[in-house]
Amino acid sequence: MDEGRARRRGVSPRLWLAGGWLLLALLAAIFAPLVAPQDPLAQDLMLERLPPFWLDGAEPGYWLGTDSLGRDLLSRLIFGGRIAFIVAFAAAIAACLVGSTLGLISGYFGGWADRIISRIVDVWMAFPPVLFAILLVAVLGTGLSSVILAIAIIDWTRFCRVIRAETMGQSRMDYVENARIAGYGRIGIMLREVLTNVVPSIVALLSLEMGIAVIVEAILSFVNLSISTDDPTWGGIIAEGRLSIHQAWWVLVFPLITLILTVLSFSQFGEALKTRFDPVLR
Amino acid sequence: MSACLDIRDLSAVLPNGQRVLRSVSLAVQPGEVRALVGESGAGKTMIGKAVLGVLPSSVRIVEGDMRLEGEDLGKLQPKARRTLIGARTALIPQDPLTALNPSRRIGSQMTDRLVRILGWSGERADTRIRQLLGEVQIRDPDRVLKSYPHELSGGMRQRVLIAAAFAAEPRLIVADEPTTALDVTVQKQILRLIAQLQREHGTAILFVTHDLGVVAKISQKVSVLYAGKVVEEAETAALFAAPQHPYTRALMAATPRYTDPFASLKPVDDAVLAGLAAEITAADQAWRRPHG
Ligand SMILES: Nc1ncnc2c1ncn2[C@@H]1O[C@H](COP(=O)(O)OP(=O)(O)OP(=O)(O)O)[C@@H](O)[C@H]1O
Ligand SMILES: [Mg+2]
Repeated sequence: MDEGRARRRGVSPRLWLAGGWLLLALLAAIFAPLVAPQDPLAQDLMLERLPPFWLDGAEPGYWLGTDSLGRDLLSRLIFGGRIAFIVAFAAAIAACLVGSTLGLISGYFGGWADRIISRIVDVWMAFPPVLFAILLVAVLGTGLSSVILAIAIIDWTRFCRVIRAETMGQSRMDYVENARIAGYGRIGIMLREVLTNVVPSIVALLSLEMGIAVIVEAILSFVNLSISTDDPTWGGIIAEGRLSIHQAWWVLVFPLITLILTVLSFSQFGEALKTRFDPVLR
Repeated sequence: MSACLDIRDLSAVLPNGQRVLRSVSLAVQPGEVRALVGESGAGKTMIGKAVLGVLPSSVRIVEGDMRLEGEDLGKLQPKARRTLIGARTALIPQDPLTALNPSRRIGSQMTDRLVRILGWSGERADTRIRQLLGEVQIRDPDRVLKSYPHELSGGMRQRVLIAAAFAAEPRLIVADEPTTALDVTVQKQILRLIAQLQREHGTAILFVTHDLGVVAKISQKVSVLYAGKVVEEAETAALFAAPQHPYTRALMAATPRYTDPFASLKPVDDAVLAGLAAEITAADQAWRRPHG
């Protein structure tokens, strides 16, 4: 039995592929000044629109080519990852803390607390999220912290709804009733009997939310509402790439691939982690 | 000497006015096993939940009182009531899978209550739990304590829950159909274990079941419940020798006999049910009148 479980644990290609990509991208972002082959901001009109390495006319050291100002695309993607990951972690954790706490309270205590929280969530979800984000950033002003804040303000409802539903299901379980008979306090039961069973879902959502934060940040950069435009961001590179799609397709395609891989990896990683955390499924 | 559990004239209603318990009176003396029988929906579980203070929020007690070792539960503050119930009672549940938290190890679930609620030292709790696991004939306590609930069989889980129920030496255990969810072969072992621990610890048990065969084996007294009403109560031996109420007689005729399993079974007679329905309607009307 132990052997079987060990085997199942070992073979989870989803976890390894998704985790591998995320680790690679994260390490590259952290050590960007060391690993980036060029200065991401250095312009050189002699080197503009160089193609990626396997095409005629490529220059060594410019692996994925250059943009219309002669800046190295790979280096810009690596540096862009820094902002993507900072936003992903900070915004997702903030949204998770607020949303999960409210969802747990709402689902476990029910009654008027539940009615108030659920009503707020309903009103919140009535706004189209991307529009909401653009509006918020316009109000809060551009900059890293307002992007993070905007994403957290919009997306806590995702955690709240899912965690509320799971908590309600858990609260009906017999072991919660047993804990009440034994004399545990309400808060103690909520944390010990309910939260422990909701953690796998929180972890999965957290990872998914990181992916969503990456997209939202890219969209905000794309419409030029994110961070100051000097620092490269994935959304900013995509916006520039779109303008020169006919002369240099790679400036659009590589950041798109990077973005998609990262977002998919976050969601897959979350799902795989969930199965790992769940004592029954694993 | 006061009864371990003394329920008097307990009535409870649903929001739509339907009565789920009708003036139930029932006593369990210290160290005694009282069986509570009746068909599905009769309200057996409701009585257990009322005693343990975990009635669904939709069910409201409208009259009657419950005393646990002489203490009137209705007169206590909620917190004091919780503490009293927690210290003096325990539940052996119907479904041993959902009664254990799937994401916590058996060991921590079992000792936690002794340590956190009753203030025992970790060491004392651990010793006690191991002793109880021995009593329920679990031979490899180390493995069981380290396991998650889903890693154990249904019978093992129920043994764990029986051990947990007896661990803090409660005065009263409510056992709500503790063998129904189990394999037939395991049912007998579990029943024997409960009976044995009950005898050794001298614990009073309110034993909920719909199986008269089980009643005969384990209990000294029986209350027969129909539609939330106690229609007959008697010493177990007397009840089997000479059931008084027509519903009890019908219930017995509908139970297979171990001595003669192929004898034809009669479903409960329609005339008996019609008589009961009339009896209950009359009782309900009598109950409603003074309340307007
Ligand atoms: N949560 C609830 N809210 C409202 N009514 C309920 C609830 N649970 C049960 N009831 C009703 O209360 C009555 C008594 O149910 P109870 O569960 O006590 O029956 P029981 O005798 O334990 O039956 P079984 O043998 O099926 O366990 C039934 O009519 C049932 O429909
Ligand atoms: Mg029941």
